[in-house]
Amino acid sequence: MFDLERWQEIFETLSKNKLRTFLTGLSVASGIFILVILLGFSEGIANGVKSQFEQDAANKISVWTGVTTKGYKGLNPGRYIQLKNSSFDAVENGYDDYLEYRTKDYMIWGGTVNYNNETGNYRVRGTMPDNQFIENADMGSGRFISQSDINESKKVAVIGNKIKTDLFKGEDPINENIQVFGMNFKVVGVFYDPGGDREEGQVYIPLTTAQKVFNAGENIRNMAFTVKMADDFDEAVAVSNAIALGVEQKIKEIHTVAPDDVSAVRVHNTLEQAQKFYSLIATIRAVFWFVGIGTIIAGIVGVGNIMLIIVKERTKEIGIRKALGALPMSIVGMILQESVFVTMFSGLFGLIFGLGLLELVGPLIESDFIKYPQVDFNIALSTVFLLVFAGALAGFVPAYRAAMIKPIDALRDE
Amino acid sequence: MIEIKDLHKSYHMGSNSLHVLKGINFNVKEGELVSIMGSSGSGKSTLLNILGMLDEADEGQYILDGVPIKNLNEKIAAKYRNEFLGFIFQSFNLINYKSALDNVSMPLYYKGVKRKERTEKAMHYLEKVGLAQWSHHLPSELSGGQKQRVAIARALASDPKVLLADEPTGALDTKTSYEVMELIQGINDEGKTILVVTHEDDIAHMTKRIVNLKDGLIIDDSPVEQIRASAHV
Ligand SMILES: Nc1ncnc2c1ncn2[C@@H]1O[C@H](COP(=O)(O)OP(=O)(O)OP(=O)(O)O)[C@@H](O)[C@H]1O
Ligand SMILES: [Mg+2]
Repeated sequence: MFDLERWQEIFETLSKNKLRTFLTGLSVASGIFILVILLGFSEGIANGVKSQFEQDAANKISVWTGVTTKGYKGLNPGRYIQLKNSSFDAVENGYDDYLEYRTKDYMIWGGTVNYNNETGNYRVRGTMPDNQFIENADMGSGRFISQSDINESKKVAVIGNKIKTDLFKGEDPINENIQVFGMNFKVVGVFYDPGGDREEGQVYIPLTTAQKVFNAGENIRNMAFTVKMADDFDEAVAVSNAIALGVEQKIKEIHTVAPDDVSAVRVHNTLEQAQKFYSLIATIRAVFWFVGIGTIIAGIVGVGNIMLIIVKERTKEIGIRKALGALPMSIVGMILQESVFVTMFSGLFGLIFGLGLLELVGPLIESDFIKYPQVDFNIALSTVFLLVFAGALAGFVPAYRAAMIKPIDALRDE
Repeated sequence: MIEIKDLHKSYHMGSNSLHVLKGINFNVKEGELVSIMGSSGSGKSTLLNILGMLDEADEGQYILDGVPIKNLNEKIAAKYRNEFLGFIFQSFNLINYKSALDNVSMPLYYKGVKRKERTEKAMHYLEKVGLAQWSHHLPSELSGGQKQRVAIARALASDPKVLLADEPTGALDTKTSYEVMELIQGINDEGKTILVVTHEDDIAHMTKRIVNLKDGLIIDDSPVEQIRASAHV
């Protein structure tokens, strides 16, 4: 294998049979290339979908309300269902054992926020301390809303990183005052959110403060909870579904909404959604693997085919070599070493080319559903070796047969 | 150098079998230049291929340089082909993607000679056959006579004990044939044992002994007065 003379002989043979070498190499390289791209994109889709769910906690249940579309118990349709602190309390009391984090929010969509001479329009959201974990917000500096902020209805604000960039121009916002609709709020924290700019363009203030300054009384806009996760994913989904259903029924009961009115009370269950997407991802992955394995099989068959043709084409040469004193095993070795070298080299070429393309094009893809397409290098490398091995195996049988026949029979071959 | 006794060979094609060699007996001493003649199908090539270990006899004895050639394993057979025997074919049998020089060095490669020495030796034999300046040409760029001379250089390269030529001039015109024979005579003059299969009388008379085959048997085996090929060129 490491015989220099043998390698020289092989390089000469390969370089003098360029077309044959090129075609063998091309079929292997393109097979691996396609596989790498396929696997890369299936991974990219998986990453994209996953990142959609990382914006918020995966086990989140949120409750929103709207306008009734159905009459119920003598009440007319077209009624706006207003959630109250008491609606939240009812849910909290009912499911306390199952809930991990809980929040109720009151928000203003376009709030004018000033700092010195800088002005911007941001969502201003009264919330509870737990919301930090429900939103997956990360504190960049300072702290989130605390229970004492809530208790004392303090005029404090936690701003998103985008607002810090927009209004503070790199200054440290902590302990500075911003004006929300002209009212002073002290900045106590800056947060990052995996949801990006859209989420980071928010000002969080204590819920109780929001209800006071916006004259909302006991009103809240929505509430959200996370469910304690069971270790088993399917079990977690089942628990989460049961709670989501129970919460929906409870809210409908409190606010006298028809049980089948889907627009008045909407309960969104992230985990259930996630499960659907994960099974979708699994399907996509399976399909891509299927296509990929098909490609590899086609590659193996192709390499095997080429090996058959090569051996057939070289039968006479094999006869000549044997007449000159070649051992059968040196002939088998020569053919296999050639094929292994070509498939290995072109396989790695296809691999590197594919990985390079993913590396180059990956970051340019601006889609929510494809992110960081990438391939597990080991998997890709294993497929190269698989192809090389299969090619060698496919070449061995005809090479061995050709090497074992009498030289005179090989020489007679035209 | 070569001793054969009661050599038999049949070809089997389906249910038919063709008895080609029906008991050949003859000896060749070192330094002889023998021609084997006979009509087409008489078994000349078959005999030569058995002598060259490209094929095997069904029955009989074959002793090459004191070594019985019988049921040899592939390793020893390859070694004997490489070191004892040099082949020259009617259709040259050069490897078409290799240069004249590389073709000539091939037996040396299988002999395990290092590259540098291989090239030097191969070049030496190409010079000997007068093709030094053609060393880097592919067979397709050479004339028939030149190809046969490359084949002769190749057969000589591993310095075998016996040269076997199956109609070496069969594909060549008269003038080129004589040039090739002149070369073969020269090699024989240096002491090499050579067997030439031919069906041309003039070629046969350039050897020192003519063996006549008919229907798988030797019907005549007599020495002849050698005619030098150079007299014709
Ligand atoms: N591989 C084979 N299979 C079957 N029959 C064969 C084979 N090789 C040769 N023969 C037959 O054996 C007989 C002798 O063939 P051989 O080649 O030895 O003849 P030859 O004397 O060399 O003839 P030529 O002068 O035409 O070359 C012929 O009848 C031929 O048809
Ligand atoms: Mg013949």
